[in-house]
Amino acid sequence: MDGANDSAMNSACQCNGCGSDSSGGFLNPTPMLDQLESGPWPSFITGFKEMAERTKKPMLRGVLDQLEYSYNTKMGYWKGGLVTVEGYGAGIITRYSMIKDKFPEAAEFHTMRIQPAPGLHYNTSMLRELCDIWEKHGSGIICLHGQTGDIMLQGIEQDKVQECFDELNQAGWDLGGAGAGMRTGVSCIGPGRCENACYDNLRFHLKALKHYVGQVHRPEWNYKLKFKFSGCPNDCTNAIMRSDLAVIGTWKDAILVDRDEVRAWIAERGVDGLVNNVINHCPTKAISLKDGDMVIESRDCVRCMHCINAMPKALSPGKERGISLLMGGKNTLKVGVNMGSLIVPFMKMEDDDDIDTFLELIDEIIDWWDDAGLDHERIGETIERVGLKQFLEGAGIEYDINQVSRPRDNPYFKAKY
Amino acid sequence: MSSQQRTWKTIESGAHTYEEALHPVVRKNYGKWKYHEIPKPGVLKHVAQSGDAIWTVRAGTPRQDTVDMLRRLCEVADKYSDGFLRFTVRNNVEFLTPNQENVEPMIQELESMGFPVGGTGMCVSSVSHTQGWLHCDIPATDASGVVKSMMDTVYREFKDMQMPNKVRLSTSCCAINCGGQADIAVVVKHTRPPRVNHDHLATICELPKAVARCPVAAIRPTVVNGKRSLMVDEAKCICCGACFGACPAMEINHPEHSKFAIWVGGKNSNARTKPSTMSIVAHNLPNNPPRWPEVTEVIGRILTAYKAGGRPWERVGEWIARIGWKRFFEETGLTFDDNMIDSYRHARTTFNQSAHVRF
Repeated sequence: MDGANDSAMNSACQCNGCGSDSSGGFLNPTPMLDQLESGPWPSFITGFKEMAERTKKPMLRGVLDQLEYSYNTKMGYWKGGLVTVEGYGAGIITRYSMIKDKFPEAAEFHTMRIQPAPGLHYNTSMLRELCDIWEKHGSGIICLHGQTGDIMLQGIEQDKVQECFDELNQAGWDLGGAGAGMRTGVSCIGPGRCENACYDNLRFHLKALKHYVGQVHRPEWNYKLKFKFSGCPNDCTNAIMRSDLAVIGTWKDAILVDRDEVRAWIAERGVDGLVNNVINHCPTKAISLKDGDMVIESRDCVRCMHCINAMPKALSPGKERGISLLMGGKNTLKVGVNMGSLIVPFMKMEDDDDIDTFLELIDEIIDWWDDAGLDHERIGETIERVGLKQFLEGAGIEYDINQVSRPRDNPYFKAKY
Repeated sequence: MSSQQRTWKTIESGAHTYEEALHPVVRKNYGKWKYHEIPKPGVLKHVAQSGDAIWTVRAGTPRQDTVDMLRRLCEVADKYSDGFLRFTVRNNVEFLTPNQENVEPMIQELESMGFPVGGTGMCVSSVSHTQGWLHCDIPATDASGVVKSMMDTVYREFKDMQMPNKVRLSTSCCAINCGGQADIAVVVKHTRPPRVNHDHLATICELPKAVARCPVAAIRPTVVNGKRSLMVDEAKCICCGACFGACPAMEINHPEHSKFAIWVGGKNSNARTKPSTMSIVAHNLPNNPPRWPEVTEVIGRILTAYKAGGRPWERVGEWIARIGWKRFFEETGLTFDDNMIDSYRHARTTFNQSAHVRF
């Protein structure tokens, strides 16, 4: 933006050792990549170079050389393959250099996908242990986190993968998903810090991914299947768009209102603030102004979260809490982007029985998809191709008017009269 | 190491356990939080029903991290947040402490280490992005470099909370768009059908899989120099690159013909309006490493117009819904062209089926 360009150009880099000139002598010149060391945002290139100079790992030098070559030629040079650990068919993303004659030190650069704790919580001893194991066997490059939610340990050779995995596994870590199976899940911070969490998404994430652990490690479905667990409809994990199975916290009864805090809010920001920033944004006009106070008509509320976000001290989700299940979120390829759509409006999600009931439902859904789906077809694509009605029948899910935005607008169906 | 020597028996444990990674104050008040405030940019204060409070300091990271960098973050956590830290889905690191007096020293230390404190509230947060030339097998660009260049230019907007609402960005290295739907997204757009590498194709590809992968049935079997291969009907091809994922001999990437497009108006949250997908507002931008100035310039224009014209709480897509696409293009100086009229499946849902007109 205006002025920000100046700051990028003029500001001295604030990180240690920035603008490093390869004075350590281990690395080859990388003039293109070096241009990503200036500017105020922390530079991944500076990080890579510092670590390479300290550890003198040839793989890091080779990968930086190949990346520099990519920046010059504007092409990528990695190809896939099949590397795994004993008993698993997924979790290692194999990368061989297509130009290893030029950059033999970059010949192999495989990634290990590791499932983090739900909510991406760490303590320093577990993170340090992870770093130590990774530095011992691999490059030391870590991506936190991949788009599906994995810790990505990037850069290891095939003959070190098993030993590295065994040490990680002993420390409590396991591989994440890849290919046509269950993938690693993602959770927001949930009840760990957020007052809007409508269910214990961290606990249910852990249980659900344990339930499908075999399908994470040995993919055998039509295509990938992703869970994301958001504590409320703000959907901080982007579950609706990014996951086949979006488990989103919600509530059934009225929004809880603290009258004193409502009055304090209005006293501070005025009725103008209430009208312009709260009432006017309600998507279903469920809030009205009465004698200078706000009144919420619960039957009109769709649980969008806006008023609660705007007035966090005064308003909170109701007491009868649970989840909505939306299905089918995926990105562009091939049929175009698809937002998940509502399948189960509400399920209680409080104890182990609730999650068992939920997982039985997901098992049914997967069984249906296994039969009805085509190769390389996400479940949302299958539902669209076969029909939502047919899916609901096949998976044994009750139809509900909340599953559609309105009844159909054409008469082309055969009904049993 | 051969399997005979292996003594460890795998435990298929799944996701790592989390309870030991929660601060004791978090554990004590788990699920019993009352409200939160944002006392200043980069700092959150959460208050529990018990009266306990916990402060969060949030800072940006490069996402492509190293063990050295993570050990430095561990030192900060040991010093100021009792050895606990976490990450957000936008690659920011967070330190949670019950000691308010730790907040300012922690901010100063993080800033001195080069980690910008911010990313809260109505700001431009860090970018959800893909792997690129560093690691992916099908990328046309290097998202990490694009992101570094973009975040340098919106550094102040990350650290301040001056936008109408939060702005979420994403960047993707191919049309699959693993970076996701965002308020503003930078996504590779191929502009030319794939060149078929007939020498490699028969040896590295399952032909029926590549044929089946095409969403518009533009790929057909053929024979070239006596070898089985594939041909592309270039008139039908929509340059999506789906075939390249199934068969690396369908060479879609090109240093000049793989370009960038800019998309706006994606939103995952249910707050106010329903979640929305993005619309294309600029394309044919060059893939220009190492700094991609043409891309960051367009991002800057959109953010400047949104910052000036958006009302409080309006996300980018909601702002455009109010002012209309015509004014969006006027105020950003971008150009609407006929390629932006949808011609794919569900195109009709993007037509203006009304007499609502903006002049």
